[in-house]
Amino acid sequence: MIWSKEETLPREELEKIQLERLKETVNRVYEKVPAYRKKMDEAGVKPEDIKTLKDLAKLPFVTKQDMRDNYPFGLFAVPKDKLVRIHASSGTTGKPTVVGYTQGDLETWTECVSRIACMGGASEKDVAQICFGYGMFTGALGLHYGLEKIGAAIVPSSTGNSQKQIMYMQDFETSLLVATPSYALRLAEVAREMGVEPQKDLKVKIALVGSELLTDAMREEMHKFWGKDLLITTNYGMSELMGPGVSGECLEHCGLHINEDYFIPEIIDPKTGEVLPAGEQGELVITCIKKEGLPLIRYRTKDITRLFYDKCKCGRTLCRMENLCGRSDDMLKIRGVNVFPSQIEEVILSVSELGPHYEIILEREGYLDKLTVKVELAHSTDSFSELERIKKLVQSKLKIILGLDAKVMLESPNTLQRFEGKAKRVKDLRGIK
Amino acid sequence: MFAKQLTVFIENRNGRLSEVLNVLKENNVNILSLSLADTTEFGLLRLIVDKAQLGKDKLQESGFSSLLSDVSIIEIPHKAGSLQALLKVIDNNGINIEYMYGLSIGSSEAHVVLKANDTKKVDDILTENGVKTITCEELAKL
Repeated sequence: MIWSKEETLPREELEKIQLERLKETVNRVYEKVPAYRKKMDEAGVKPEDIKTLKDLAKLPFVTKQDMRDNYPFGLFAVPKDKLVRIHASSGTTGKPTVVGYTQGDLETWTECVSRIACMGGASEKDVAQICFGYGMFTGALGLHYGLEKIGAAIVPSSTGNSQKQIMYMQDFETSLLVATPSYALRLAEVAREMGVEPQKDLKVKIALVGSELLTDAMREEMHKFWGKDLLITTNYGMSELMGPGVSGECLEHCGLHINEDYFIPEIIDPKTGEVLPAGEQGELVITCIKKEGLPLIRYRTKDITRLFYDKCKCGRTLCRMENLCGRSDDMLKIRGVNVFPSQIEEVILSVSELGPHYEIILEREGYLDKLTVKVELAHSTDSFSELERIKKLVQSKLKIILGLDAKVMLESPNTLQRFEGKAKRVKDLRGIK
Repeated sequence: MFAKQLTVFIENRNGRLSEVLNVLKENNVNILSLSLADTTEFGLLRLIVDKAQLGKDKLQESGFSSLLSDVSIIEIPHKAGSLQALLKVIDNNGINIEYMYGLSIGSSEAHVVLKANDTKKVDDILTENGVKTITCEELAKL
């Protein structure tokens, strides 16, 4: 189902809306946000210079650093009394980034998430269990309002107490699951430990996963536990821009549709800042054109992707961004080689003798980085040669994919840490003496 | 005749072996013989116990990777040269031993636990040659 007619507008009409909203937003921030005015003055650009969508490229970028420099409310375009909600990012590095929503922003947010939920197959008939942590994190409440709006029955179970989560699924006949991919796998494990077979005894048909990358291998692993008919889609967003709802995958699985009447995407060369043509890979830059509280302009997401503008089989005309292969924030530099944890994950999931959980440990030995990957055995064996074979297999696959030698450590099942929210699988101990 | 050996995978970490033994103690599973082989990162603990299935189930519940496999518990005279004589029989039949460990109780008999590449064949050959094999239960009673 398509939730809004804006999702299928001809491009000219969509661009008309975009231009109108962009002009209005730029005018507003120039007037109301001193930090923006300063940035634009320094770049020698005035609001009236924005005459076409192409003129967007004249505007300066905004980065996470700008948000930190203006912590907490310096980039807001409304007085604080107009805010009705404040969220903040986890702030794993430095100060958290703060986002504020007006009443209008909450409506926008709800609209965007409703669209994405429908793209993933959700409808009013669903019982939607939201296993994202409720709190400062935008994921849970974003999905909550969007799904509620389309008429689904929300079970706001949050994270934790996995056995109770399974009980709710059984008793309430949950048909839609919202979770990180890794927690969805964990829940299936717990169900089995309780003697509940997810595919047979539960009624989950739809999974809207997010907040972590969904690799193809992870998608396959989820099908193994939850059944091949489970509709799995991922969605994209970040608290700075709004939370979930920036873009979402439809059931054609050919990229994530961006809600372009609310967000204008660009792809830039991350080194030069130059705008790249459609289809080329680069850093995603997003401009919010319908936000009141915190309308970020040309926000550098640090996510590497590509944009496609051809019409999707689902009927939507909104452009699509390629599913991410990694956030540049997550990228590890090991002995000079760029490594995304998702590449390691892909290797582990391809080895049937191993379970889906893992831990990546980085240490410094002398002047060299040392990469250790801890994995769990899925089956038992009484033979050393079998254990050696599995270890060598993982090592050689990692070597092929990463071009790096890694130490592989086999662990007993269920010994590595499980995560309910965003999985933290990388331990970088290189800075710690 | 085969016997069930209980094998447990353990990481080379302080206290891991003791955790395994604790699970067995809690469930009153008695160890008759054991062999612990290790590399720098992990080890395999191979056990002959009186209640192998129970031991495996309880270890699995406690999160240990464990399994039961068929081995031969061979009874030989408790005197010099008898193990060598046994090996002669095995070698002559082209059987490859994967691992072996022993226990000797009493004064007249000793026992070795043997795992070969072909469990069925080794059992046939031992029977043909009149070598006695016993089960864990029988061993427990000795």
